[in-house]
Amino acid sequence: MPLIDSGSTAKSYDVIVVGSGAAGGQTAYTLTMEGARVLMLEAGRNYDPRTESPMFNTPDTAPLRGSGTPEKYFGYFDATVGGGWTVPGEPYTNVSTEKNRKFTWWRSRMLGGRTNHWGRISLRNGPYDFKPRSRDGLGFDWPISYEDVSPYYDKVEMLVGVYGTNEGLENTPNSPEGVLLPPPRARIGELLARQRGRPLGIPVIAAHRAVLSRPLDSKNLPAKIHPGNAKAQRILAEDMQNRAACFWATDCGRGCAIRANYQSTTVHIPPALATGNLDILTQAMVREVTVDAAGKATGVTYIDKTTGTEHHVSARVVVLGAGACESVRILLNSKSALFPNGLANSSGLVGKYIMDTVGASWNGQIPLLESLPPHNEDGAGGGHVYAPWWLYKEQRAGKLGFARGYHVEFGTGKTMPQGFSSFGPNADGNTSYGRRLREEARRYYGSYVGFTGRGEMIPNADSFCEIDPKAVDKWGIPVLRFTWKWSDHEFKQVAHMQRTFADWIAAMGGTSKGTPSPDGSKAIEPGGAIIHEVGGTIMGDKASSSVTNSWSQTWDVPNVFVADGGVFASNADKNPTLTIMALAWRTADRILDQMRQGNL
Amino acid sequence: MDRRLAIKWMLAASAGVVMARNPMLGASNPPGIAEPEPPFGYGKDSNLMKASKPGDYWPLTFTELQRRQAAVLADIIIPDDGKNPSATSVGVVDFVDEWVSAPYPDNLRDRKIILDGMAWLDEESVRRFGRRFAESSEADRLVLVEEMSRSQKAEPDAGSSQAFFRLVRDLVGVGYFTTPVGMKDLGYVGNVPLATFDGPPAELVAKLGLVDEVKW
Repeated sequence: MPLIDSGSTAKSYDVIVVGSGAAGGQTAYTLTMEGARVLMLEAGRNYDPRTESPMFNTPDTAPLRGSGTPEKYFGYFDATVGGGWTVPGEPYTNVSTEKNRKFTWWRSRMLGGRTNHWGRISLRNGPYDFKPRSRDGLGFDWPISYEDVSPYYDKVEMLVGVYGTNEGLENTPNSPEGVLLPPPRARIGELLARQRGRPLGIPVIAAHRAVLSRPLDSKNLPAKIHPGNAKAQRILAEDMQNRAACFWATDCGRGCAIRANYQSTTVHIPPALATGNLDILTQAMVREVTVDAAGKATGVTYIDKTTGTEHHVSARVVVLGAGACESVRILLNSKSALFPNGLANSSGLVGKYIMDTVGASWNGQIPLLESLPPHNEDGAGGGHVYAPWWLYKEQRAGKLGFARGYHVEFGTGKTMPQGFSSFGPNADGNTSYGRRLREEARRYYGSYVGFTGRGEMIPNADSFCEIDPKAVDKWGIPVLRFTWKWSDHEFKQVAHMQRTFADWIAAMGGTSKGTPSPDGSKAIEPGGAIIHEVGGTIMGDKASSSVTNSWSQTWDVPNVFVADGGVFASNADKNPTLTIMALAWRTADRILDQMRQGNL
Repeated sequence: MDRRLAIKWMLAASAGVVMARNPMLGASNPPGIAEPEPPFGYGKDSNLMKASKPGDYWPLTFTELQRRQAAVLADIIIPDDGKNPSATSVGVVDFVDEWVSAPYPDNLRDRKIILDGMAWLDEESVRRFGRRFAESSEADRLVLVEEMSRSQKAEPDAGSSQAFFRLVRDLVGVGYFTTPVGMKDLGYVGNVPLATFDGPPAELVAKLGLVDEVKW
């Protein structure tokens, strides 16, 4: 009986995991496969991608032809349930009204959380990314290095399945032989961008994405992932056989019914449930972590959303994996006589140093790609190539005016027409219709390229969240209030992105509308908009200057851990999900080890 | 490509609304006050597996007169070309009605543009030709459409008949090319399961002077 209700929880668990996404899913997977008894709490409803993913549904069967709306921002078919930029009854606030001083927070309320719709881009942090302060004097070094995390990157990549290649580029680590799956062939526009990027010095290589380009090797991988654990190997082998390889259709953002891409609900939760060690409680909104007189965590108090009633569950260890900001909220709301400023907050740093990814984009139209013969460009439901950051040398030499890099993702090809899109004016500045409209649509469709920069933000003291002194959610739980600020490093990085993209489009023989502004503050996406928020419970080597130690264990309460992106001490340009999973696995291993030793 | 890289799939020379506006980015809310939740349309947890049609989630609001005018306009914008059917035959009028009847802010903005424009078009047609647009002769209709299509500007002036026609044309185009019929006309051949992904045809790669040199 893995999916339980509030009346069916066990008297106590080894570990309570709050959240069911990349952090919660990975933590619960590792713990249950190694025999720990786990209760997972999810604030949203149960969700099963096998039966709920609209795999081949066409936009003419969706409201507004699938266009994005405030209720489904990324389009009707996006695999987000119960959330978006707003969650009904669960507000958050901002101190400022200025665009560049606001934080916007994407949440979902479903099993698997945001892993159900993410971009599946799975990049390892490199050695530089763990020691940024040592390199340029800004931000913070992590108390761990690439070598500490790399074995866990290996395991995560083997478990979830990541396609890509090893290119040996600077600060862009290779995976061990046999770990990555072969990437799909590049699309025609991707090949053109690659060719024309080379004279500009921009390397275009295979993307790394968590999509099965072929079935996982269920014979050999389980023994590498769970050495010496026959039960785990058997469960994982069976589960890997139940995941199909990509059939090269359907945008990954819709979720995947054949379990060909990584979602917590396609990869982590099914085998964790098969161990018999996992109970899942959905519609459970955690309010606070409870402590005993000695200052040790005893469990959590949550609201059962189906009844509106409050409950308490107990465990030896509590792991927060609710998402960086939601975990901050739980800690700050866990006030007691022993912890009047919230739990694990003796440093006063809980909620501080929230970071998002720096984002900007630029589009162009490429005559070479007009009127191409029809061929299927759906591919792996996302990009097949990307450009890792390439200007390390120039940056070190101080030539760029900003301290950290970005990578480039791009979109090309004849993607499925869905949602609203303006056809714009024709070459005469008029509005085409009739035969000319049809001709132009055929000619230009698929001739556009969109470049998107994803860059590193440096943590700063003016980007944080705290408990709003007044506002509460519909359950009466105090909500978060955000303060946000970018630095010139981010603005200059954005200006560099757009200038580079415009040059790149020109090198492809294309044109873009207007010219990029040298003022990056105009083009930068707002804080939170890239949905890569990390920090807030950063790890460090001292209790006075960080919230957790190098094991993501809070300094103040040894049996409380943070498994999500909250512990990130920096936010490399690499998309955070793979690193969240690797760190969560490492933390779960530490918890198992410390439980065996009797320290937890 | 990540989840927010929605490359505009069509003639995206002008800024189109690809994704909805993020309500949190409006400057309207006072500091410390959360942005109001969006109006309820289909909600945040509708059944994505269930096919729907215009009118299922909110009532359609075109009058019979408006429907007739929209149908005439739609088939001027995308007529039957002998190989492919016209806009009205794939439900485009229902889609435009659904669009202007939806409760979301972008749709409310477009509703005013469309309804005002349609009223103006009938008045103009009566003034010049003595009959409403839908009842005018084909030649008279084309005079008006041709005038509305000549904007001479990338972005027609707000409130002009050119701006109205630009939006009608975009809605008709979107409504048409997002149907299986329209996708076929465009040359979109995806959305089918494949055993292997073979990339672009070798002769096309060669024709563009490209090399599929990557080791994958």
